[in-house]
Amino acid sequence: MSRLAYVGVLAFVVTGSAWLEIVLRTRVLRRFVRLVLALIPGMVIFVAWDAYAIAQGHWTFDFDRVLGWQVVAGVPIDEVLFFVCVPFAAILTLEAVRAVRRWPVGDEDSS
Amino acid sequence: MTYTQLGVIAVVAAIAIDLLGMRTRLVTRRVFWVSYAIIVFFQLVPNGLLTGFSIGRYSDDAIIGGATPLDRPPAFIGDGRLAFAPIEDLLFGFALVLLTLTMWVWLGRRGVQRTPMSGPPMWSDGDDRTD
Repeated sequence: MSRLAYVGVLAFVVTGSAWLEIVLRTRVLRRFVRLVLALIPGMVIFVAWDAYAIAQGHWTFDFDRVLGWQVVAGVPIDEVLFFVCVPFAAILTLEAVRAVRRWPVGDEDSS
Repeated sequence: MTYTQLGVIAVVAAIAIDLLGMRTRLVTRRVFWVSYAIIVFFQLVPNGLLTGFSIGRYSDDAIIGGATPLDRPPAFIGDGRLAFAPIEDLLFGFALVLLTLTMWVWLGRRGVQRTPMSGPPMWSDGDDRTD
């Protein structure tokens, strides 16, 4: 059960933001290719940072509270998923604010 | 390098990518700062849970505050921490969010699924004729 601790936190992040897609019509999942492409640079850079930080001893993970798979160099799969869930929530938030306030974001036609 | 140093570098790099690299200029836009204000509040929750329950532990060499204790949660606030997490997490989180949103907007500007645009919210069906 406690192996689900980290992914449980991620579930909170996703459920806490995914409703915006329906209620505010953020239409982020409808732009799935753009979403995936937008997430890749952050994932690569931050997973590399994570691997470096683990190698340097900046931080460690409790391997009783993560799923138990290491992706690269001691980085748990849970942590890699963090770099999917948090940026996804950030994009949903940006699009939610735009949906409500209509402030320009920078990808409008005439920008 | 320490987590503190890397965090500062990441923030500067993310701002440089936004302003000079991709020229999305998100840090000059109100929509970004309002979104970030919401995001940073909600970032404290997962970061606090992950650190408060010691799923991740920090070394005192890497952060401004002390190491995560072995037998109890770290300070909720103080000793370089906010909601259990090292304040460096704010730098890390800001850089992650700004880089991601920069990529998102840049892709849209390049025509990668620029549409459908977001909105209108469910509750404003019917009065969506302001422009």
